[in-house]
Amino acid sequence: MTPSSTPRSGAPRLPRRSLLALAGGGAAAGLAACSNADPLAEEDGGSGAASGALVVGSQQYYSNEIIAELFAQVLEEAGFEVERQYQIGQREVYVPELESGAIDLLPEYLGNLLQYLGDADATGTAAQLEDSLAEVLPDGLRTLPFAEATDQDSYTTTSAFAQENSLTEIGDLSGIDDLQIAANPEFEERPYGPQGAEEVYDVQVTVVPVSDSGGPLTVQALLDGTVQLADIYTADPSIAANDLVTLEDPASMILPQNVVPIASERIDEDAAAAIAGVTEALTTGELISLNTRSVDEQLDSATIASDWLTAKGLLG
Amino acid sequence: MIQLLEAFAWLADPTRWSGPDSIPVRLLEHLWYTLLGVGIAALIAVPVGLVVGHTHRGRGLTVALSGAARALPTLGLVTLFGLWFGIGLTAPVLAFVILAIPSLLAGAYSACEAVDARTVDAARAQGMTEWQILTRVEIPLGLPLLISGIRLASVQVVATVMLASYIGNGGLGRYIFLGLNLSDYPQMLAGSILVVALALVIDLALRLVERVAAPRGAARG
Repeated sequence: MTPSSTPRSGAPRLPRRSLLALAGGGAAAGLAACSNADPLAEEDGGSGAASGALVVGSQQYYSNEIIAELFAQVLEEAGFEVERQYQIGQREVYVPELESGAIDLLPEYLGNLLQYLGDADATGTAAQLEDSLAEVLPDGLRTLPFAEATDQDSYTTTSAFAQENSLTEIGDLSGIDDLQIAANPEFEERPYGPQGAEEVYDVQVTVVPVSDSGGPLTVQALLDGTVQLADIYTADPSIAANDLVTLEDPASMILPQNVVPIASERIDEDAAAAIAGVTEALTTGELISLNTRSVDEQLDSATIASDWLTAKGLLG
Repeated sequence: MIQLLEAFAWLADPTRWSGPDSIPVRLLEHLWYTLLGVGIAALIAVPVGLVVGHTHRGRGLTVALSGAARALPTLGLVTLFGLWFGIGLTAPVLAFVILAIPSLLAGAYSACEAVDARTVDAARAQGMTEWQILTRVEIPLGLPLLISGIRLASVQVVATVMLASYIGNGGLGRYIFLGLNLSDYPQMLAGSILVVALALVIDLALRLVERVAAPRGAARG
């Protein structure tokens, strides 16, 4: 560095570092959301495999934690000791934990887990995905019966646009020009992305990448008309809150994401039966109402879960 | 290490260098967003900084305000502005402007302040107007510092412009976000390498401009 490039005051130099660090930190947090050390996680200490308690884990996703808490509470009701390990980053982090036996039970989603475990181009019905999962799950892990509730990608539009063009299913979009869908960038590459829509439904859409996974920016873009369609997860309360319409997918183009419990060998018959009580009662509508309570009322997962289980007669 | 090699292989693939989604297109978009952010910020910050530096008034306030601006997380701003203005270019560019202003402001006022007070007095004694002192004495003598502010702002913004892709725009961030979400780490790394390379090139180029801009005969640094 030449002397002339060093400001005399030094002022413009030092803060650059702190600013870069800030910008970098912010970007990393938003980008990855993959911290595996969560300050809100309950401090249960070490692995439960050593003690008698069953360890229930959850993803770092509020809706997933609620489902995990439903499982935890019915297990406790059935007389099992339960240890909670919630908000564990992403699959790269918790799948090895499941394999090693540090976690005994975790709610998953059929399609996403199958894609993670190796079948990136997976398609099919929920039952087909369940069969495929059984083949690729690591030794010692198994799926329990999946719920009807599904939290999956969708072609969602505003009720105004749906009425204007009399839309009920994705195929009804055929023939409409210049359709744009706000979705995460990888939507472009998925089998149910623009290519799939063209092949299955003869619908032409272009992706406007918005990386908040169907969050507020995506919803806003749909509401202000920047895009006509958005990929919003079907169990997202914002669909009902904004009077949005999720277009039906009669050809099962979109990968089903039914809630499926992944269990270790320590989950015995009795435990599995208790969990089945939850998955049998859990429909997408029920899941939305659980999520809505979290989003609107800001309740914790334990309260939401015990209220719901009591209402369903599974607790108490 | 293997992923780094795969990232370079990804970059070397000739099909990625032509077409509507190709690397040159994304590079140009990235540069354009950087230019917009730094350019708009400069229109605001440079005049204000020069006035502050020349008059020696309002420095405390300027430092405090730009210090506060530095503390704002850019991704948070992009999301916030995105909710106000919708997806598109407005929200991220506004965030980049806020990111760029502190460095530009500091560069501009230190450019004036760095000029020897006796030189300014001598100019004034010769009957120069304040405008002449600013444009003929302070700016030429302080030009390297002014450009150094532009350089710092540009490097910060070029490294942050990937956030534009978060909200429906192009730019090199496309590769980073897509790679991240697909667990396609070579692609993500390739995007990052391009951003790093672009930042280094901009830094070097503006360092050269700084050197050329240094007035002959004036004491350096």
